[in-house]
Amino acid sequence: MRARKSTNSDAGGGAGSTPPDDTRAVLDGPEINRALTRIAHEVLERTKGGEHITLLGIPSRGVPLAHRLAGRIGRVEHLDVPTGSLDITMYRDDLRLAPARALGRTELPTGGLDDRIVVLVDDVLFSGRTVRAALDALGDLGRPRAVQLAVLVDRGHRELPIRADYVGKNLPTSLRESVDVRLEETDGHDAVLLGPSRPRTGTAEGSA
Amino acid sequence: MMKHLLSVGDLSRGEALLILDTAAELAQVGDRSVKKFPTLRGRTVVNLFYEDSTRTRTSFELAAKRLSADVINFSAKGSSVSKGESLKDTALTLQAMGADGVVIRHSASGAAHRLANWVDGSVLNAGDGTHEHPTQALLDAFTMRDRLGTLEGLRVAIVGDILHSRVARSNVLLLTTLGAHVTLVAPPTLLPVSVDTWSCEVSYDLDEVLPTSDVVMMLRVQAERMRDSFFPSVREYSRNYGLDGERLARMPENALVMHPGPMVRGMEVSAEVADSPRCTVTEQVANGVSLRMAVLYLLLGGS
Repeated sequence: MRARKSTNSDAGGGAGSTPPDDTRAVLDGPEINRALTRIAHEVLERTKGGEHITLLGIPSRGVPLAHRLAGRIGRVEHLDVPTGSLDITMYRDDLRLAPARALGRTELPTGGLDDRIVVLVDDVLFSGRTVRAALDALGDLGRPRAVQLAVLVDRGHRELPIRADYVGKNLPTSLRESVDVRLEETDGHDAVLLGPSRPRTGTAEGSA
Repeated sequence: MMKHLLSVGDLSRGEALLILDTAAELAQVGDRSVKKFPTLRGRTVVNLFYEDSTRTRTSFELAAKRLSADVINFSAKGSSVSKGESLKDTALTLQAMGADGVVIRHSASGAAHRLANWVDGSVLNAGDGTHEHPTQALLDAFTMRDRLGTLEGLRVAIVGDILHSRVARSNVLLLTTLGAHVTLVAPPTLLPVSVDTWSCEVSYDLDEVLPTSDVVMMLRVQAERMRDSFFPSVREYSRNYGLDGERLARMPENALVMHPGPMVRGMEVSAEVADSPRCTVTEQVANGVSLRMAVLYLLLGGS
């Protein structure tokens, strides 16, 4: 599998550091917030009030995004939206291309997924393989009424027939570029950075 | 991650914790509607058992099946081994069949290590003679951490037939790596000669150790490995080194009683203790499946 999203934050020396010169911010903190607020309203509109929705974030950065979305949806409709996380490591199609990876957390909200409208939340939509794995994982966990997909950034280059229902920003990219999403919860600040692609080094940390 | 799991002595603290954390995640599979992952689909795991085993073999088999691997059970009884085939020839046969992982239990110490030199796949030691039983030590550590929250600074007493116990040896190595303090309690005849080189303390008096132990691990007296008499009588052993309700009452309130099984009630533990909620025997069995899934995933799941 050639095309992987690069969402690791290790470039540039870790959390909160300034990005190197050849990367530029395509979304800043307030813009990310506005995008999430819009997605929250779109979710409510599409699901007719959001009564039956369950948000599942895909680790690592999909999880804080799912919680932020749940907060916004909750504020608008005074709902307590069930939110959890869905780790897809055991369902990846590229496990044999790298040493075994550490697993992320899977936490299902109480009540399970049966007959819910599950909205998967991830930071970057790229090849579509992560979402394919997530759909397989969902099938083993229950039978949702419908599954939808919300992503902060859609960078194109799909390798599977998969599309997002809610997109924060469509970002046309070249395969020689990388998209880095940084979030307050995981990296100390909010930003979406576009830079030259790096060879993937880390093996334990799977892309989200 | 390493290629084989032959000894817990080979595991660094980080690797051991990775296995425990992975097992904790995989333990959730029991609550799901489909209790299976597709991760090892198309891989073959051979259970090669030269010694009797109920728990370990079924546990490994279930773990491999929950990861969608194909499992072949191979026991010495009813195979070419009883016709005189050597371990090496059996190994080469399995190799020719394309086994990705071999789980081996053997009565000779070092058998797993030998096997690792003959096959291309990963070798998992499921107990070799009186040497090691790595997955048992890992599942014991998992159970302690699950029940008591941490392993750091935990005081663990391992009581009974240390001399013939691969479980004791693996536990001393692993628990020390993970920051727990181990005290071995046994009659002098049931301690290995070299025990003073182990990274643990030794006592001959169970009653002295009990009040300060967070975990007491009772071991079975392995009569099948004994060619001499190591203690005068079963009654005397049981009186000095058996755990009964009265001794249990003198332990700290949340202290655990563990046993790797099979248990001999009335010998090392009384029925009262075996049935107490502080006894984790069945929990250890349940955790064993998750732990072995974690090991199989980490050894066979990657490239």
